[in-house]
Amino acid sequence: MPSWPMNQWYVAAYSDEIKEEMFARTICGEPLAFYRTSQGQVVALADRCVHRRYPLSLSHLKDDQVVCGYHGFTYDQGGRCVAAPGQKRIPRTARVPAFPVVEQDSLVWVWIGDPERADAELAPRAPWLDAPDYTTVRGMEPLRARYGLLVDNLLDLSHETYLHGGYIGTPEVAETPITTEVDEETNVVYVSRHMDDAECPPFYATSTGIQGRIARWQDIEYHPPCLYLLHSRIAPVGAHPPEEGPDDQAFHVEVVYAITPETENSTHDFWMVARDFALDDQQVSDFLGEQNRTVVLQDVVALDVLEQVVESEKENYQELSINIDTGGLAARRLLKKLVEAGTPEPLPVGQA
Amino acid sequence: MTAAETGTPALVRADLPAPTRMLSGRSVYRVVWKLNTDVLVGYCWCGETHESEDPIELWEWLLAHPDQHDDGAAAGAPSAPAPDLVDA
Repeated sequence: MPSWPMNQWYVAAYSDEIKEEMFARTICGEPLAFYRTSQGQVVALADRCVHRRYPLSLSHLKDDQVVCGYHGFTYDQGGRCVAAPGQKRIPRTARVPAFPVVEQDSLVWVWIGDPERADAELAPRAPWLDAPDYTTVRGMEPLRARYGLLVDNLLDLSHETYLHGGYIGTPEVAETPITTEVDEETNVVYVSRHMDDAECPPFYATSTGIQGRIARWQDIEYHPPCLYLLHSRIAPVGAHPPEEGPDDQAFHVEVVYAITPETENSTHDFWMVARDFALDDQQVSDFLGEQNRTVVLQDVVALDVLEQVVESEKENYQELSINIDTGGLAARRLLKKLVEAGTPEPLPVGQA
Repeated sequence: MTAAETGTPALVRADLPAPTRMLSGRSVYRVVWKLNTDVLVGYCWCGETHESEDPIELWEWLLAHPDQHDDGAAAGAPSAPAPDLVDA
């Protein structure tokens, strides 16, 4: 049984990564071949020709169909073989699995599980990423660690103080208590840390131009398994959101992560930073992109080490959890619930 | 105030850091870290509360708690709004 939930949407790529050419990426242990049709639709097929296993991602497109680069087996957008070399009869089993895809908010989501259960409405939203009143910088770093370690990392931002000092970490992050909520029906974890008088880290001081101390609110919204939203509000101390009307004394940054398992021990760490200020300022974009990539790489180094530690530890090693872990524990529990819910019921004895 | 002084009263109200509420609905559990203490306060959706200094113990209490709701509390629950996100 995989460690990730089945029958879920996972972010496979950014929209601009998928063009009218073959693109390979492994999602939840499934090697997939993606391409975009001439009509703009994204297609995801298992990356293995049914004939002699040649990767379709190393093949080429002709008339929106994939022509295997080894012997020419040709597949349509549904994965059905429509041409085989040298013969008219196409075996009925000549088909590669096609994976349901949803493209929205500049993200390409792929359904991992039973295609019959794929419901586009279940893919969570991050509308800032392609909204005209936000500017977004983004990247993706490969992580040689299991996805759960990144979930732990992002649900407990007190680590910013120690791992990311000089970038986004200040003493107040680790010192400020959090409030955690879990919605058991919609499967959302919310972790809130409101610092009303805090040092302004360089990440926000340079990008916003704010001088002095700030009110810094961090509101995490985690939609397990894949989508993590950090609603970050930066304002001068004492500037509260108005009862009505726009919160125009504050700067808003939507930090989005897509946490997509690649294998049991590796993860695609998609990161995005969307802001509602300095929309056309390329220097601010460059600064936030470079800073956030540096922060992500600090996490990557730490989590890659942790993966080695976890793999080498004795069975039943006991961790210690304290108050800062309240949100992370909630996320782990929801993930466990989703893993159990997404696992097919075992067949009764004799029917297997 | 120490945890020993706090005890576990039948009904507690934490000194809440903002925001006071983020999610709504009848299936939302809430854990507030009481300001200036090491105490966590868990709120079941039915309004019952429990204090702990151990988040694992507190989640276990919250998850076990719905099983203890009497029929009256359970019957009253559906009148709560459907779960959705609330602007904090």
